[in-house]
Amino acid sequence: MTILNPYGMTRRHFLNHVAGAATTIPTMHFLSHLEANASQVKKQQKACILIWMPGGPPTIDIWDLKPGSKNGGEFKPISTKGDMQISEHMPQTAQVMGDLSLIRSMSTREADHARGTYYMHSAYVPNPTVVHPTFGSVVSYELGSRRKELDIPSFISVGGSRGSAGFLGMAHSPFVVSSDGTIQNAEINMTEQQRLGQRLNMLEVLESGFIKSKRGESANSHKDIYKKAVNLMTSKQMEAFKVDQEPAALKEAYGTGNFGKGLLLARRLVEVGVPFIEVSASVGSWDLHQGVFDSLKNNNLPQLDKGISALVTDLKQRAMLDDVTIVCMGEFGRTPRINQNVGRDHWAASWTAMVGGGGLKNGQAVGKTDSDGIGIEGKSYLPGDLWATVSHALGIPLDIVHTSKRGRPMKLANGGTPIKELIG
Amino acid sequence: MHRFSKQLCVVFAFAICAGSLVSLADAAPPASRAKAFSTGSFDPFIDYINSQIRQGWEDNEVEPSPVATDAEWLRRVHLDLIGQIPSAEAVEKFAKDRDTAKRSKVIDQLLDDPAYVQNFTNVWTNLLIGRRTPRRVSRSGMQKFLREAFAKNRPWNEVVQDLVTAEGHFEENGAVNYLLAQMQNNDEGVQVTAATTRLFLGIQVQCTQCHNHPFNDWKQNQFWEYNSFFRQMRRINHRKTDPKTGRQVDDYSEVVSTGFNGPVYYEKRSGLMQVAYPIFENIKVDPQAGIERRKEFSKLIVKGEKPLIASAIVNRMWGYFIGYGFTRPVDDMGPHNPASHPELLSRMTEELVKKKYDLKQLARWICNSEAYNLTSQFGRKNEIDSPEKGESPLFSHMYVKNMTAEQLYDSLIVATGAHKSGQSNWERAETQRRRWMGQFMVAFDGDSGDDSTTFNGTIPQALMMMNGDLTKNAISAEKGSYLNQLLLDKSSDQVKIRKMFLSTLSRYPDRREIKGAQRLVGSSKNKLSAYQDLYWALLNSNEFIFNH
Repeated sequence: MTILNPYGMTRRHFLNHVAGAATTIPTMHFLSHLEANASQVKKQQKACILIWMPGGPPTIDIWDLKPGSKNGGEFKPISTKGDMQISEHMPQTAQVMGDLSLIRSMSTREADHARGTYYMHSAYVPNPTVVHPTFGSVVSYELGSRRKELDIPSFISVGGSRGSAGFLGMAHSPFVVSSDGTIQNAEINMTEQQRLGQRLNMLEVLESGFIKSKRGESANSHKDIYKKAVNLMTSKQMEAFKVDQEPAALKEAYGTGNFGKGLLLARRLVEVGVPFIEVSASVGSWDLHQGVFDSLKNNNLPQLDKGISALVTDLKQRAMLDDVTIVCMGEFGRTPRINQNVGRDHWAASWTAMVGGGGLKNGQAVGKTDSDGIGIEGKSYLPGDLWATVSHALGIPLDIVHTSKRGRPMKLANGGTPIKELIG
Repeated sequence: MHRFSKQLCVVFAFAICAGSLVSLADAAPPASRAKAFSTGSFDPFIDYINSQIRQGWEDNEVEPSPVATDAEWLRRVHLDLIGQIPSAEAVEKFAKDRDTAKRSKVIDQLLDDPAYVQNFTNVWTNLLIGRRTPRRVSRSGMQKFLREAFAKNRPWNEVVQDLVTAEGHFEENGAVNYLLAQMQNNDEGVQVTAATTRLFLGIQVQCTQCHNHPFNDWKQNQFWEYNSFFRQMRRINHRKTDPKTGRQVDDYSEVVSTGFNGPVYYEKRSGLMQVAYPIFENIKVDPQAGIERRKEFSKLIVKGEKPLIASAIVNRMWGYFIGYGFTRPVDDMGPHNPASHPELLSRMTEELVKKKYDLKQLARWICNSEAYNLTSQFGRKNEIDSPEKGESPLFSHMYVKNMTAEQLYDSLIVATGAHKSGQSNWERAETQRRRWMGQFMVAFDGDSGDDSTTFNGTIPQALMMMNGDLTKNAISAEKGSYLNQLLLDKSSDQVKIRKMFLSTLSRYPDRREIKGAQRLVGSSKNKLSAYQDLYWALLNSNEFIFNH
């Protein structure tokens, strides 16, 4: 386990080191935030945690069971605290379903992994003319930019990034950390810590010389990025990445695997003000073309169940649940029909996404599939509708239009409509 | 932008009649004649390029920046032609050289350097298949094809023709990897149509896939007419059994022809189905079976005196060397996006065709031009020449470019002298480079169409430069390392400091920098670590990471 305190010392201690360097003034250019952000970050800031199930989860076996149908499979539904039934292998989550909701009529047409991943993250289908921002980047752009007290990036992806900031720019691209909170290259040893001050002093001499020589904006942008990187390395908010500091009982409740750790890390990041965290539900493959029931029952679902229920309970106990919207989905669902390998294949026509918290009207299942899980009865929803619902919960105005680099207007969430039943 | 060159064109036509392009300088106003610039090259076409650019300065009342110092220019031309900074020895040698033609000589030397081949192989591999190799595409196959092309300086039209007509095994015929990379989705050749027109013809027709072009009169059928040239092929992905695990794994992929014939169908926004035939610039190709449409396409794109394929590469290369092309982006030419210097672009296109698409000649023209030789520093008299603020470029100073990941890696190797200690094995060097690049690109992907002049560094990249392995190795003081060698040297601190600047920034420090460095060295108990800190700062500085 890597402890991510790059200095192994307090901020005050670090400042002393800096002060010990030959000249302190230039260094302070790089460490300008140090005095500024002493104030405590408010906990009431809105955030979204996206639990991403890469590969495409068989939602027919998790959220929308079809007992009695030939497509029903091995699992039985159980009752929950909400107004819906879910899989018997999600017993702990069943107890918190009063705070979560299901959208059972997602219909998203993209059944290829890459295209579906792009579509569900951005609400736009892939298009060769433009790279659409993944929704975490949108939230970073809309909410993160305003959180001046935030030293760490405003879109953090735990366990791998899926998608890019596209035309919103690199500043909003996902910042990838591993589930134990390790940030590559942010860690330096004791000697390097002590020398960072004088290194930055010398760097300042060089950088300012080049900037003064008038060669355009790039020179300044470079300095800004370094400032951010140094801020990150020396920020007190880096404590948030030390997920190991949590009490053993809580770690146990979330689950000690990467997924549980990732979710716990997400909660800590929300507490310091990060508005969007994507956590990869890396609990084994979700691309279950074969042996779907054994894998779910013995591996995927126990971990998913533990993680989700612990997260909801934890957020609720900390009075954060109304501010934190949770989304749980993959790039598509899986075929209602069970194939000859006891697996399910790709299926985008009718599947379930989970949303919850965020002050939404929870405890309900919106939308409906037929008794075989193949067709949708009544209204179906697109990823844009889901993200519009999340935008509503986060307080991002729905009439926002971003502009691509070519000047093409792009509606927030592709012009989706918040789901009426959920926003009340 | 159209206005300034008309007059000159008349003069120019006259000049051709007179049989001497050099006489053009005589026709220009005395002010510019007094400052006539030359790298020592005697190609009259370079004088023509200079006169065209100068006309733009006069028309817009800007005064160009001074010519770059030898040090600034040498670093730039090394990065642009061979993808790495010059060694400290090369900078010193060049500074001492009294030959008035030394710049043009260096250009010729670098064009013959094996690293030229490597550099342009990198550039075009990234353009053709992306930095991240798509699944079932052979990066090494692609590189092999390009290495051969640049090593032999094959005519660009033939290279493009090979790429668009490629067939076969992805390692036996590396050219197919371009097509394979564009055939990731089963998308009826949509991506390959968009990429081919953008990369090789410099036009962006992809939005006409779904509707007529909003800013010019390109119609939706044009996209599908281009598209119909790319429908007679498909990819086959071969699998094999892994003898160890007994499982099926990826083997090779290939592109094969199919018997597709007839028109293609597409849907208008109204829902109406339309039909499109293989047509390129009003020339229709027989849609019947037996006609190899990609072959026909490859013949049509080189027709005429100024085919798009030639103007596209001229514009792209100008943009590659100077930071901005004549249009922005370089690959979106057309009536909706007029060029900043249309006459120059047109003449360069024509000349390139006459020179049989010789890419080295094109590079020679640009690198010997006055615009390429100016400093990147600008002043009050030309600060309006600021394309980063959306102005049309006037090329009155050099524009600062980002180093590519490959250039940065190779430059770090040069700065630390690691290239001298073995590691000449191409394959091994390539493996190491790719490993480092993989890390560098964790958050690098972004838009491939980004301006090379917009700094798009990220926090992970800054962290990697500050604390990553390559930097750690670079500043290590182990036996045989650069710093170790330097410290064994009996020279004074000041000499050592000057050497370090030379090997990283390709120039000597100014007074302020010497003072700063001396303070750093003087105040440290441990000299070695002070030098490490200085070296760290140099490698992390904006000046090091930019090509300026």
